[in-house]
Amino acid sequence: MSEAVLRVKDLRTQFKTRAGVLKAVDGVSFEVGRGRILGLVGESGSGKSVTGYSILGLIEPPGEIAGGEVLLNGQDLTRLKSEAMRKIRGAQIAMVFQDPMMTLNPVLKIGTQMIAAVRAHDRVSRKVARGRARDALAKVGIPSPEERLDSYPHQLSGGMRQRVAIAIALLHNPAVILADEPTTALDVSIQGQILAEVRRLADETGTAFVWVTHDLAVVSSLADDICVMYAGRVVETGPAADVIASPRHPYTAGLLASVPAEHEPGTRLPQVPGSTPSLANLPPGCAFAPRCAKAGPACTTTPPVQHFEDGRTALCNYPIEPVSCQPLSSTSTTYRSAS
Amino acid sequence: MSAALLDIDHVSKRFVKHPNLGERIASLVGAGRKAEVVRAVTDVSLTVQKGEVVGLVGESGCGKSTLGRIVAGIYTPSDGRILFGNAPVAKEQGRRTQKLTTRVQMVHQDPFASLNPRIRIGDTVAEGPVTHRIVKAREADSYVADILGRVGLDPSYRRRFPHQFSGGQRQRIAIARALAMKPDLLVLDEPVASLDVSIQAQVLNLFMDLRQDLDLTAIFISHDLGVVRHVSDRVAIMYLGRIVELAPTAELYAAPNHPYTRALFESVPRVGVGRKDFRPIAGEIPSPLNPPSGCHFHPRCPFTGPRCKREAPALAPIGPGRSSACHLNTGGTA
Repeated sequence: MSEAVLRVKDLRTQFKTRAGVLKAVDGVSFEVGRGRILGLVGESGSGKSVTGYSILGLIEPPGEIAGGEVLLNGQDLTRLKSEAMRKIRGAQIAMVFQDPMMTLNPVLKIGTQMIAAVRAHDRVSRKVARGRARDALAKVGIPSPEERLDSYPHQLSGGMRQRVAIAIALLHNPAVILADEPTTALDVSIQGQILAEVRRLADETGTAFVWVTHDLAVVSSLADDICVMYAGRVVETGPAADVIASPRHPYTAGLLASVPAEHEPGTRLPQVPGSTPSLANLPPGCAFAPRCAKAGPACTTTPPVQHFEDGRTALCNYPIEPVSCQPLSSTSTTYRSAS
Repeated sequence: MSAALLDIDHVSKRFVKHPNLGERIASLVGAGRKAEVVRAVTDVSLTVQKGEVVGLVGESGCGKSTLGRIVAGIYTPSDGRILFGNAPVAKEQGRRTQKLTTRVQMVHQDPFASLNPRIRIGDTVAEGPVTHRIVKAREADSYVADILGRVGLDPSYRRRFPHQFSGGQRQRIAIARALAMKPDLLVLDEPVASLDVSIQAQVLNLFMDLRQDLDLTAIFISHDLGVVRHVSDRVAIMYLGRIVELAPTAELYAAPNHPYTRALFESVPRVGVGRKDFRPIAGEIPSPLNPPSGCHFHPRCPFTGPRCKREAPALAPIGPGRSSACHLNTGGTA
């Protein structure tokens, strides 16, 4: 793997509420290399979006980053003052949100918004900024970009608006783009178009993507690496193809098994029993244990991160054995006990 | 089998946006706009046999939800008619229609919106059957307990309010409410779209269990090709208000005929095939306000020809139980 542009180490984000301190992100670590796409997968409440917001410094009270590092090209973003962070956000690291109608200002033309975004970081003339905006729109595959600059967001379809959001993220050639469920609101044929563009952009521009999603099929066909989250912790990491082909954590295995398309029609689907736990009320030890078929007595304490020799990890006492690979004993642990 | 339970007979639905007062005044002085017409469903015919599950698949704006709502009696069709057990529905007035429409029940997509947050779920489930005298009021409590047990919820939950349940549990409640009416036909509109993957499997399993136990007939509306394949006997693919292909599930997935169906299958990401080269469908989904002429798919179709622009292809049989609406199937050139 090439040099990591974004390295998240033991990130902890918590929210102080009346019900106590909620650990939405509890010791999350991962890294992304140049031009790579990392799929950050999890169900609702797993902390995947909060992880994204934490990386960009968008956590507001009652939330706070309680520990860990976010290293962007070696610089720790969690230590930056808000003014310094503003200079980096949008220029070196950018975000694409789920609903492009919320990110685009409905009363300003696309061009106006994009020119403002260019000039927020670079002192260039409007004319130059407009040219860069047009180039960015062309780069994400928007037909007749010059005319689109004079359109208002409501004049574009959902897929086009999401392309505009990606174009805005690309304006400053950031090292990393975080995308939070960017295709969830789109139709499949439009999603296919966006995924194809993102794949091409990652290969051509070298921008790294962190693709936050609940959709395993999207990750499987788009991402280079996978990071699976459950109840605020990373439970499994590894190359996407390997994790999909042979998951090591029982939760990942359960998720993959419950995708209907992979089963004989009409047969009962293997289901993960129960529902995702509330962060206010997590079981001690492994949060997945109450739903896990493999859970044993050791699962009442937080399991160690198992490092496997193929570079994969799983947060589990009883990882699933692959066909041809033996687990090594855990030597270095970047995760600490939650208690 | 054999007898058609539901017969959708050349049904169309148009929504007309009438000009408001200002626009009407403007039109008097000659500057007005005409009424805008959305053709949500155009000339759709479909029969559903007893005990059958038919999947309706399509992207947004294809009319699948509108068609489901017409079947459920929420909308009346602009043209055509719905026959239910050989008796026409919807255009009749009064008691008889009411009785017929209670035989079709609907489960909506978002269980956070479809349950009244201020009514205990037991009362939500009991309201329909008590009002329509399916059970007596004093027997309602045990009836509800029985139904809740059937959908996998603890009957003691019936005194609780919707906010005390998770999304998957709420969808079970919505299914219980529909089943409490002892319907002949269920219309499920994206019942698992808002649920997490692990919960989706639970609700799909519940649906398949209920289907086996109760011999349910259902129309299952979804944009998710994998889900529809899993639960349906036949699948209708819709595009911009029309059915473009209709076939038994296994045959459709083995060999899709219509170019849109094929393109749709191509662009769906799948687990386990690894990184793939997407070959997405070019172009946007046109607005149903202003659909393309002829075949609605022709601007995006790789096989389009001059005939596609002029003439809308009819849904014609292409094999036993299969039909498709494409000029390529009739006479070679498009």
